[in-house]
Amino acid sequence: MDALIDLQDEFWKAAGETLYMVSITLLIGGAAGLLMGLVLYATRAGSLLPNKAIFVVLNVVINFFRPIPFIIFIAAVQPLSRMIIGTGIGINAVIFALSLAASFAIARIVEQNLVTVSPGVIEAARSMGAGPYRILRTIVIPEALGPLILGYTFIFVAIVDMSAVAGLIGGGGLGYFAQLYGYRQFEPVVTWAAVLLIVVFVQIAQFVGNRLARVALRR
Amino acid sequence: MSLVSLRNVTKTYPSPDKGGERIVAIDDVSLDIEAGDVYGIIGYSGAGKSTLVRLINALEPVSDGSVIIDGEEISGRPERELRSVRLGIGMIFQQFNLFNAKNVWNNVAYPLRVAGWPKERIAARVDELLDFVGLREKARSYPDQLSGGQKQRVGVARALATEPRILLADEATSALDPETTQEVLALLKRVNTEFGVTIVVITHEMDVIQSIATKVAVMDGGRVIEKGDVFDVFSNPQNASSRRFVSTVIKGIPSPAELAVLQERHIGRIVTISFRDGNADQAAVFLEIVNAGVAFELVYGGINDIQGRAFGHLTLALRGDDTAIDAAIVRIGQSTHVTEVR
Repeated sequence: MDALIDLQDEFWKAAGETLYMVSITLLIGGAAGLLMGLVLYATRAGSLLPNKAIFVVLNVVINFFRPIPFIIFIAAVQPLSRMIIGTGIGINAVIFALSLAASFAIARIVEQNLVTVSPGVIEAARSMGAGPYRILRTIVIPEALGPLILGYTFIFVAIVDMSAVAGLIGGGGLGYFAQLYGYRQFEPVVTWAAVLLIVVFVQIAQFVGNRLARVALRR
Repeated sequence: MSLVSLRNVTKTYPSPDKGGERIVAIDDVSLDIEAGDVYGIIGYSGAGKSTLVRLINALEPVSDGSVIIDGEEISGRPERELRSVRLGIGMIFQQFNLFNAKNVWNNVAYPLRVAGWPKERIAARVDELLDFVGLREKARSYPDQLSGGQKQRVGVARALATEPRILLADEATSALDPETTQEVLALLKRVNTEFGVTIVVITHEMDVIQSIATKVAVMDGGRVIEKGDVFDVFSNPQNASSRRFVSTVIKGIPSPAELAVLQERHIGRIVTISFRDGNADQAAVFLEIVNAGVAFELVYGGINDIQGRAFGHLTLALRGDDTAIDAAIVRIGQSTHVTEVR
């Protein structure tokens, strides 16, 4: 307990780092994933803009990256990170790796939720003379909004999980804090304090996600 | 010139380049739909009706043949041009296909936004349409808060928003109960008479054709097997397969199974007499039988009314002297159609 009191400053700093990493990742990875998910949905056979080449390539790319465990992924993309954002270590490099990994997972979740939109509703919009881009923007996304919000909530929790290995490349955060000051110093109270705060974050995120989804579904 | 004209239209699945079993959904269909018609297309499910209606607004491209809307050939035109064609053709659906994430008002406004109407005109038009279908007070409701009949009325308002000249109704009442069906059919009739909108009605229900259609085409196996004036087609079908179809939707003609039961249950000779638009006086027919000294029993039958003209079939069991019965059948046969079924 004393150890935790001594580490108060580090604890709150780590909490801030986790929130920062996760929220920026959700923003960047969320946008990139939404785009990829839309492309997957729209280019599949019989959809709004069928294009076998784009669909197959994107599908393979996503299937290639998605199963890589994040602890390996974060190290593997270091060269790419140096190329694009100029550094392979630190919190921004973590955000880069997290966003990339999250975007592939989000692409799948977006695609899965969009295919549940009734083909009849899309046909109705087509019968009114609406074009494919307009249908994606004004029909497909709004019709799938409730499940999409729940999908993003699910991904938020997964990003919190992935962010725990940020310490590997000097990213900080609650996961790193728990390992460094809890696990390695034999201070279970410190470990559990970090765990509890992560649980609180997840609970709040799930509560907000459920609320927003309910508003979108009007239930 | 017809408003909608299909010339030797064929639709096959899948397109030949994709391989697989070739299915002919529409087989060499030619149809002419005149402005102001309520044109019914009836047939068993799987007959190709829904595919046919989707060729008219080019939701599906034809494999062969041509579709001419208001004098303009639309088959083979690029998708972008077809969008403006579709603005002039409204469509309603069996499952309504309302946008669940939008309220009633925004559902009706959607096609107007697609068409690029200015805001003030959209507002005025949506209110006008909701008044027409009697749902002004539901403007802020969402589709899942409406009954089936209300949903279809929203569908009708939405389909009419851009003032199309043609309305396609794809099994528009098949998901509704009989009372609501009548309510929606009455609305469609008003759309036809008040706005002069030409309506193409796809259905498997005779009642729908009987209440609103002026012309009808009977489809079977992707082909139009008979077409023309509703009364003519249903009272006097010309070929064997349309006769078979008509007998399943028209009251009064016993099916083979029913006939077997009748034959077992009744003694004597069984004949079916057809009446059509007053071609024979029923009273005179019955008098003929009585005068011949033949006893009769009415065992099956029905009289149909299509736009104020009646036709029907009565099946009688005749008992008495065979030569007397023969003579009676010959005499009745002079004024109307008689078939002996035993």
